[in-house]
Amino acid sequence: MALTGIQIFKLLPKTNCKECGVPTCLAFAMNLASGKAELDSCPYVSDEAREKLAEASAPPIRPVKIGKGVRAATTGGETVQYRHEKTFYNPVLLGAMLGSDIAEADLETKLKTWNALQFERVGLNLRPELIALKDVNGDKDAFAQVAKKIAGTSEFNLILMTENTEVMKAGIEACGFKRPLMYAATAENIDAYAALAKENNLPVTVKADSVEGLIPLSEKLSEMGLKDIVIDSGSREIKQSHQDQVTIRRAALKDGNRALGFPTITFPCEMSSNLDMETLIASTFVAKYGGIVVLSDFAGESLFPLLLERLNIFTDPQRPMTVTEGIYEINNPDENSPVMVTTNFALTYFIVSGEIEGSRIPSWLLIKDSEGLSVMTAWAAGKFAGDDVGMFVKKSGIKDKVKQQELIIPGYAAAIAGDVEEELPGWTITVGPREAAHIPGFLKAK
Amino acid sequence: MMKYEPPLEKISVNIRETVVGHGEKALKIGGENTLPFHFFEGSLPNPPGLALEILDTEPENWAPSVLEPFEDVVSDPVKWAKKCVEVFGAEMLCLRLLSADPMGKNGSAEEAAEITKIVADAVDVPLIVWGTDMEEKDAQVLTQVARACSGKNLLLAPLVKGNYEEIAKAAMEHGHAIVAQASMDANLTKELNIALCKFFPPEKIVIDPTASALGYGLEYTFSIIEEIKQFGLADKDKMMQMPILCDFGGDCWRTKEAKENREQGILWEAITGITFILAGANLLILRHPEALKLIKEMVV
Repeated sequence: MALTGIQIFKLLPKTNCKECGVPTCLAFAMNLASGKAELDSCPYVSDEAREKLAEASAPPIRPVKIGKGVRAATTGGETVQYRHEKTFYNPVLLGAMLGSDIAEADLETKLKTWNALQFERVGLNLRPELIALKDVNGDKDAFAQVAKKIAGTSEFNLILMTENTEVMKAGIEACGFKRPLMYAATAENIDAYAALAKENNLPVTVKADSVEGLIPLSEKLSEMGLKDIVIDSGSREIKQSHQDQVTIRRAALKDGNRALGFPTITFPCEMSSNLDMETLIASTFVAKYGGIVVLSDFAGESLFPLLLERLNIFTDPQRPMTVTEGIYEINNPDENSPVMVTTNFALTYFIVSGEIEGSRIPSWLLIKDSEGLSVMTAWAAGKFAGDDVGMFVKKSGIKDKVKQQELIIPGYAAAIAGDVEEELPGWTITVGPREAAHIPGFLKAK
Repeated sequence: MMKYEPPLEKISVNIRETVVGHGEKALKIGGENTLPFHFFEGSLPNPPGLALEILDTEPENWAPSVLEPFEDVVSDPVKWAKKCVEVFGAEMLCLRLLSADPMGKNGSAEEAAEITKIVADAVDVPLIVWGTDMEEKDAQVLTQVARACSGKNLLLAPLVKGNYEEIAKAAMEHGHAIVAQASMDANLTKELNIALCKFFPPEKIVIDPTASALGYGLEYTFSIIEEIKQFGLADKDKMMQMPILCDFGGDCWRTKEAKENREQGILWEAITGITFILAGANLLILRHPEALKLIKEMVV
């Protein structure tokens, strides 16, 4: 819970020494509360006050980092229940499970297949982040060997799944440098697991058989100074699990319940026996409050929709997705292919390019920066004005790629045709359809 | 340690319950006083309605994998409707009157009404009747349909700012429910509902915020549904308490991701649907029977 200016003021020295740059401690407290000042500007603040303020300003759900280096991934850190209230920050992490008895050749094949599952979209590289390695027989050497292989030869971060302290130790020894997530500390092994997490500075999961059961466990870890905690309420049934996700998020955000202020881990792989249903269950946790989602396998046709759902749900509602301004080649166009122009709103681009692609007609698509607005809004807001569009086409370099000089503009921007023409002497400006769905028909009729 | 009490939110108002269809197979949608799947803090008397869509005209440009289940029946809307009910277990249908589309065959309102009557008589499940999405034409088509199918309690769609009066009056006179459509904007949704409620019974209105497919604007639909539900339930705004419909099967199957891979297409449609149900949708219009099956397994 954030503190008010008055609450902060009570923790300050109240000497009005002015060394922080403002005349009174009260004014400084107000600035702190609104985020305009840093506590470090006060040379006389007590350690106790510093700790209280740090605690109060900590996010209600702890962001937890798993992995090291460029592929390190963060889960948690969310501040709202609904994305339209502000935004969600850290996309759900997606993982798949492997058993520690996997044969070496099978492991190699899996890693190769899974490493290849990357998808390009709006200039982003979409991919899953985690492999959950499950100890299936208590063989610590086998567990360590597989962990080492995953850490050393793939880009995946690891979840080490065992409740056996010896096996966990071996796993950490093999891949601790990659900052794996420990899974899981339970009422039975919590002392040993807390010590291991502390010694190796690793994030650790606590697992109980209910939300309530999680509280003493996470409190115990917190008291020992461990902060990077992930929680598993134990449910493997969709209704109960959904309820747990909702109430945990609510308890952390609305009640300020620190013991539940951590990202969750969910296991659709243990909730259904077929990958389609598992994928749908996973999709519910992507939309509703899962921190980590573990599947039984990654397959392109189920993973890609999940990655896109995640991209959609975790898009900042205040900032539209855009594509880069420039010339896009669709269906291998040549010097006689038609030239079209539209805005850089990602949805506009996807829909228009999708329709052109579907028409199989080779075309040039020019994308003009319109600050992420769709055609109608961009035109109304003056971000897709005739002279701008003309100037952009001139500078884009499309002239050198085509012999013909005809530019097709979106139907909703028909009004700019005259101005574009003025800017592009010698070009014919044709008004295209309003709806993208009519583009194939329009192109075929040409 | 303090005893943990799960933070529950009890809501004292309900989303209105709308009945579609007549007789034994009539379906109720809405009626809940909590968010989707929140059985632990409220009641959700009706599972989300799931309709399969059929066209009154043979489809053009449908991806082979979504055409395949209907290949033997697409030339006959009655056979198509029966297959959806008898083979694919659809509990509701959406008949799209493509034949009347001014951009296409531009058939007359009378012809469209006649086909609708034949289909409505041939099946006993509730029927959504979707016009041409052209304001003026729909005013003619849907009023004719309302008359021809008097008493069948169809769900007529879409009514928009420019044509709601005529269609709603015909719907009221002949005992049908309606879909009020306002594109991705909670304020416009509310305005249209207020205008309608001046003369039309609110319990016969379903909201269509317009839906976009996964990867093509899903997040806008998701958030607008969540907002409308918050207004209706948390803020008790009576004009936002109508059940919500999402129509996205066609948009899903137009994406290249669905066209190029059958399995991916089915999951595309199913995930889009589940995501909207989680936001608060009460009625989905689906295209692929496999997507229907998957979603049904999740929600029932």
